[in-house]
This record gives sequence, C-alpha cells and structure tokens, in this order.
Amino acid sequence: MKLLSKRNSYFLFAILATAFFYSKDGDVTTSVYATGAAFALPLALAAMVGIMCERTGIVNIGIEGTMLLSAFVAFFVSSLTQNIIIGLICAVFTGSMMGLILAVMAVSWRMDQIIAGTILNILATGLTSFLYVQGRTIPSVFQAIEVPVLSKIPFFGPVLFIHGALTFLGIAIILALYVAIYHTSWGLRSRAVGEHPSSADTAGVSVARLRYINVTIAGGIGALAGAYLSLELVGSFERGFTAGKGFTALALMIFGRWNPLGALAAALFFGLAQAYANQLMIDQVVNIPSQFTAILPYVMTIVVLAISAGKVRPPAAEGQPYEKGQA
Amino acid sequence: MSQTKVAPKEVGKPTKSFDVGSWLIPVIAVLIAMALAAILIKLQGSNPITAYKSLFKTAFGSAAGIGATLGKSTPLVLSGLAVAVGLRAGLFNIGAQGQLLSGALAAAWAGVTFQGLPGYIHIPIALIVGAFFGSIVAGISGFLKAYRGVHEVITTIMLNSIVMGVADYLASHQLREPDQFLTRTSEIQPSAKMPVYAHLPLGFFIAVALAAAIWWILGRTTSGFRIETVGRNRHAAWYAGISVKRTVISAMLISGAIAGLGGAVETLGITYRYAPAFNLGLGFDGITIALLGRVHPLGIIPGAILIGGMRAGAANMQFDSGVAPELVDLLMALILLLVTAPLITRFFKNSSSKSMTSGWGN
Repeated sequence: MKLLSKRNSYFLFAILATAFFYSKDGDVTTSVYATGAAFALPLALAAMVGIMCERTGIVNIGIEGTMLLSAFVAFFVSSLTQNIIIGLICAVFTGSMMGLILAVMAVSWRMDQIIAGTILNILATGLTSFLYVQGRTIPSVFQAIEVPVLSKIPFFGPVLFIHGALTFLGIAIILALYVAIYHTSWGLRSRAVGEHPSSADTAGVSVARLRYINVTIAGGIGALAGAYLSLELVGSFERGFTAGKGFTALALMIFGRWNPLGALAAALFFGLAQAYANQLMIDQVVNIPSQFTAILPYVMTIVVLAISAGKVRPPAAEGQPYEKGQA
Repeated sequence: MSQTKVAPKEVGKPTKSFDVGSWLIPVIAVLIAMALAAILIKLQGSNPITAYKSLFKTAFGSAAGIGATLGKSTPLVLSGLAVAVGLRAGLFNIGAQGQLLSGALAAAWAGVTFQGLPGYIHIPIALIVGAFFGSIVAGISGFLKAYRGVHEVITTIMLNSIVMGVADYLASHQLREPDQFLTRTSEIQPSAKMPVYAHLPLGFFIAVALAAAIWWILGRTTSGFRIETVGRNRHAAWYAGISVKRTVISAMLISGAIAGLGGAVETLGITYRYAPAFNLGLGFDGITIALLGRVHPLGIIPGAILIGGMRAGAANMQFDSGVAPELVDLLMALILLLVTAPLITRFFKNSSSKSMTSGWGN
C-alpha cells in the first residue's frame, strides 16, 4: 500500500490537528474528544445496523424507529423493574423484533424496502408517543468504568478507557463485525448475497435465511444504540428522543463505504465536530445561536452525502427482493 | 433500481381505480387498526367504546364539528397530495413536514408584512409565497437526487430538522412579535385571513381543487406523462428520451410547493401566526394519507378527512375518556402498516407488491 494514500493523509491530518489542539490546551481537548467519542458511539452502532442489512441486500431505513422504540423500552422497563439490565435485555429483544418485522416485509412479502422501513419509523413514533408517561426515573445509568492502568494514559485514557459498559460492548461489536464481514465464511456469504444473490444461491447459500438472520441481529444492535442513549448517555427519555440519529447513521454508512471501520471513523468525525461546536458555545468564542449548533449534524449529513454519494458503490443487489430462479 | 416491468399501455393512465377490491382495502385497514388500538386502550384501563364515540361525535356530529374537521383536513389533503405526487415520480418525499413548515412561516411573514392590500390579493400572494418556499426546500432534495445521486429519503428528513431549526431561529429573532416573551410571529393582517363560509373553510376547497388539478395533470398532460413514466421505470423513461434529471427536480418542486401551500393554508386559515409548536406532524401524516389513498390524487381526500376528524376530536376524547390524544399517531401507524403490507391485499387478488421507490444508487 502506498504510504501517502488518501486515507493515510486523512489520518495524518487528524493526528496533527489533535496534537496541535492538545498542545494548546490539554484538558479541554481531552474532554472534547471524550465527549465526541460518547456522541459518536450511537451513530457508529446504528451505522453497523445499516451495514449488516445492506451487505446482505436489505435497505434498512427503519434504524431510527428501531433506536427510538428500543430506547423507550430500555428506559421504561428499567424504570418499572428498577433494574437497568432487565431494561437492556428487553430493549435488545424489541430491536430484534423490529428487525424481524422488517425481514418479513422485505424478504417474505417482497415489499418496497424504503416504505417498509418508514413503516417501522412511524410505528415507533406512534407507539412511543402514545405510551409515553412523564416523570419516570431509572435507578441509575450505566456508570463509567475506568479500565485499570490504560485509563491513566494521558489523553487516550480519558478518551478511550473511561466509559460505561455499553460503550465498551459497542466498540467490541464494531470491531467484531469488521472481522466477521471480511474474515469469516458468514461475512463472505453475506456479501455474496448482497452483491449477487443468485450466485450465492447456486453455491448453496440460503438467501432468504441469511437475510432474515442478519436483519434480525442488526435490529438487536440498533436496540443497543437506542439503549445506550437512554441508559448511559442521557439517562432519560422524551418523545422524538433519537432526533434523526438513525438517518445520520445511514449517511455515515455510505460515507464509510459500507465498511465498519470506515463508518466508525466517519462517526468519530461527526461526534467530534458536535463536541467541538458545543465547546465553542461554552467558551463563548463565537456567538452561534443554539438553533444553528442544533442543526449542524443534519447539515453535515447532507454535505457528506453530497460529497460521497455517486462516488461510492452500494451492494449491487440492495433493495431488490430475491426470487429463486431469477437471473 | 426499479425492477418494475410495466405493460406499455398502462403508462400514463390515471391509476386503474374504483374497482371494489382496491377501495375496500383501506376501509378494512382502518377498521382493523381501530380494533388493535382498542386493545391498547383497554390495557391502559380506559374504555375504547367511549373513546371512539367521543372522537367521532366531536369530529362529525355537528356542523361546527364538521367545519373543524375540514379545517384540520385541509393541510392533510395537501401534505398527502405532496407525498403522492412524489411517489408517482418514484420519489419518496418524507420531508413534507419541513416543506410545510417553511410554507407556514413564509405565509406568516407575507401575512404580517404586506399591508393595505385587499383580501383577494393578499391571500393569494401569501399562499404563493408559502408554496414557493416549500418548493425551494424540496428542490434542494430534488437537485441532490438528480445531480449527486443522494437519496431523497435522507435529504428530506434532514431538511425537516434543518427547516425546524431555522424557522425557530427566525421566529425568535427577525420575525418575532415585538415585546413578547413567546417565540412566535405577530398575527397576520386581517386582509390575509382566509374566510370561512358557514363553517366551511375556504382552504379546504382550494385543497380539493388542487387535488383534482393534479389528477388531471398526471393523467392527461405531457408533463404528467413524464412524471408517471419516470416513476414507473426511469430506465425506460431515459431510453424514451425523457430527461430523468429534470423530471425528478420538477416533481420535487411540485411536491414541495403543494406541501408549502399546506403550511400556508394552515397559517392563513387556522393559526393566523407561526409558532414552533404549530403544524407538528402534519407532513408525516401525509405519508399515511397518500398510501391510504392508494397514491391517487383524489383518493387521498377521504383519508385526509378521516384523519383530520380524528385530530379535531382527539382533545375532546381525552376529556371524555382519559385516552391520550397521541392515540391518533398510533392509529396512523397501524393504518399505514395494514394498508401497505400485503396482509389484507392477499384476500383480494393477485396483487404482487411492486417497487415504488429507488435505492441509494440512483
């Protein structure tokens, strides 16, 4: 590989910029990066949902709804049982069911997948706003764990090794998914089904079964992203809680070229930009109206897509129902 | 990529409508959705019969009630029509909400700013301003779709939030009512307020007339033919010499203009000003309404009236039965699921599901 490839030059730039900020003000830079990592995690996890589905040829725009309903279930079950672990388990179950419903609609009923995903989103909005009750609390959030030794490293310790349990779980899932997609037979089969289902079928892979499995597991991962928001990052739930993160995640997936590490890098860039904008507001360096910092991620999503779309190539069989015997 | 194979004679015709089967499906979907929601109401400890009775009695039980229902239905007809026009061109405009908001704010600005105009000039100007801004917002998505290949579902939903933020900013700064703590614009001039004839709001007739006009345009004109052809198979359309890019952009512009008009009508006929708490959810209701009406420009009208009625009666229902008005949101979601999933369709005919939208790549 070329040493100064485009990707490496991005990395170099990121490292130099970080070093520059760190030399100016170490404490603030560390806290901005730690916040950025916390903002990035749900986006990265949600992007994994998209990657898992689209690599097998299913478009999932229901990530937003999956996250919303799971965040809701995580919060309210935790509140009712006063146990956040039970809340988390119920949320993951809910998310998997959302994935399963999408699989039924997209694979078995051969519905338009964009509309199927929108149904999930509207269903989640309807259910959560109807069942929402005010004034509920949970016993505690997933508390930050300090990894021994590693968390003492300056800068990297606070940014990477002082987080709640769900963050570590999320990072593990992202890394595992990367390995699984490119280095296991499951990954190879999934990619084959997403690129050329009839070839995969001929080779003995059950297209429908693999799509069902992947979309359902992806739903569970989406639930983790939602539960992270309500049980670790924020510790509460409101109507419209996920605020478009599921859609931003899709943009990050495209920006990261359907590669888990690419999407993770894109999510980190997003999280950092937001954390940095927040810091600028706190420092009153620039007087940006709060409405404009709030819309920053949405504007960035569109800009990122306008730059990357058209240059990247989605899985070839994406969005198309598969019928045995089709060419 | 659209996989739909369409027989040539079908292209450009208004949908083969008015056969009993396809019109029974929405009715059955609504009934099943209400039955399912009734179970949830029961689980919450309220009486579903009381709730539904109160809901529909308020909405359709009196002349004033029907007037209020039609008032609530007006923006819904337009947002449903906006989504339907997009779907006809193979575009899933789920950003009717943002387009509608920008139309509502722009109409409020026009209603406040222009002074000394007679109503028959002021109202059309404010409506056009609203439609124009809705059109611009949707046009951004159309442009990005045509020239950058960015999927409209993501750009429109992102623009929803962007428009909401910008509108909130304008309503709390430049366009804010002077000497007020609330974030809202001033009330529009009396000349910009749309008249109501014996409980029947003017806006509703505008909306219905527009639906009829769109039906005619899609079925009987060349531009309509282009939109329908691109929607059914853009490769075939391209091969036939239709500019897909231009058609995509113009379909989004039309769709956005209709949604923007929906917001303008709401401002000039109901709220008389813009505030961030107004107009919420109207654009998303449009998705359900469009699909409930089988994506037919006239078919959306009954669905819009039904849902407008529920919105009109929801507050009273909460008062009578204690059921939260968000019940309507839940009903909308269930109706959408039932009407699009081939659950009910299967009992009727060989309805093979077809691809209505396009993937990321094109």
